[in-house]
Amino acid sequence: MRSLLRFLIRNYAFLLFLFLEVVSLVLVFNYNSFQKSKFLNSSNYVSAGLYGTVNSVFQYFDLAKVNRQLAEENAALRTQLQMSISNSEFVPDTLGHGIVGSDTTFRFTPARVINNSVNKQQNYITLNKGRKDGIKPDQGILSPQGIVGVITSVSESYSTGLSLLNPRWNVSAKLKKSGFYGSLAWNGEDYQLAELLEIPFHVKLAVGDTIVTSGHSSIFPEGLLIGVVDEYEQPEGENYYDIKVRLATDFKSIRYVEVIDNVKKEELEKLEKNRIDGESTN
Amino acid sequence: MGRVLIKYAILFLVLVLVQVLFLNQVQFSGFANPYIYILFVMLLPVSSPKSVVLISAFLLGLSVDIFSNTLGMHAVATVFIAYLRPLIIRGITNREEDMSDYPGLKQNGIGWFFYYTTLMVVLHHLVLFFIEVYTFTNFLETLYRILLSSVFSIFVIVLSQFIVFRD
Repeated sequence: MRSLLRFLIRNYAFLLFLFLEVVSLVLVFNYNSFQKSKFLNSSNYVSAGLYGTVNSVFQYFDLAKVNRQLAEENAALRTQLQMSISNSEFVPDTLGHGIVGSDTTFRFTPARVINNSVNKQQNYITLNKGRKDGIKPDQGILSPQGIVGVITSVSESYSTGLSLLNPRWNVSAKLKKSGFYGSLAWNGEDYQLAELLEIPFHVKLAVGDTIVTSGHSSIFPEGLLIGVVDEYEQPEGENYYDIKVRLATDFKSIRYVEVIDNVKKEELEKLEKNRIDGESTN
Repeated sequence: MGRVLIKYAILFLVLVLVQVLFLNQVQFSGFANPYIYILFVMLLPVSSPKSVVLISAFLLGLSVDIFSNTLGMHAVATVFIAYLRPLIIRGITNREEDMSDYPGLKQNGIGWFFYYTTLMVVLHHLVLFFIEVYTFTNFLETLYRILLSSVFSIFVIVLSQFIVFRD
């Protein structure tokens, strides 16, 4: 017993080293459960507050570019409005209500990006809106150019999310032309390119084809722009194409985004859960 | 003693802030990112107790992690080099008795400091980047990223010794 004690005291540095490494590795490997914790990610009060302050200074340098983007978005929205009025299938009540197609289940909240990265293996995005603005986990993030990511954790007035540039998250996407859908994933290399998986060989493809959200998940409504096909090939011995998608969103320059709230999400999830429960009892 | 503590506390804060607010936003050829916060671990007095070095390294790594949403990754890498630090210092110092207690550039010469920085930075980046990608596929690409980021980090750390830590 005494020699064990002596051994422990003599090697305390090594044991401390092992202990700290094990603690850190546990943090790394249990990341997803800690994501939900309030304090250990960048939506906590101190780090989000700091990012918010710094960002409020630096945002002035981008005003010209932001203005141009907003103007472009305005123009696009006005075009959409004109088109939908002339189609006269539905008349939107207000623009602020955010109507996509004839589906009024989605509501948009504007937010400012206060921290963002494109050069890590796992990229995250921090926004200046939080629980008190109605932001909840699993809501989609949309930029004027295309989709950005999904909210994962929320504090009182800030929120963080996975960016599309994060292999921990895939988004369901489809080819706008043919309607075939697959999942879109980022491979950790170029921040402008992602891969579209599970598109079978019999689908006709061309460089420049538009990729949009499929609407199969409750995070994004159908038909939001993701990107265009940059190149594709048919690997031998496989059933699916290798498709590289050039992302529509310029992740290096996003400043203002919108968070998408699916108002009927709970209803939908409850319905789908009931169906599964019903099947299992049969 | 009190003054030394305050000095290192300020160094800790400044390095974390510079890292998360400035250097984490710098992108050099797409995916290289300099990590200079390990300068804190490098500059601790040589005679400091191992437990102090290890625990402060853990807290340093964890602080950077919390800001960059990489929980645990920087902590693993920083604790790793904190543990190896005495070995590295012993390995690159020829005459133990000439060694100053403060492992700075001016005290030990630029050649020594450059060696010291290179070893610490490369070991730190090796651990950090491989934990970050989580896999050994694309081994060469990861090595390329490590190399690029290391060159950048070493450059910034050595340069900082000429500009900020002159005395």
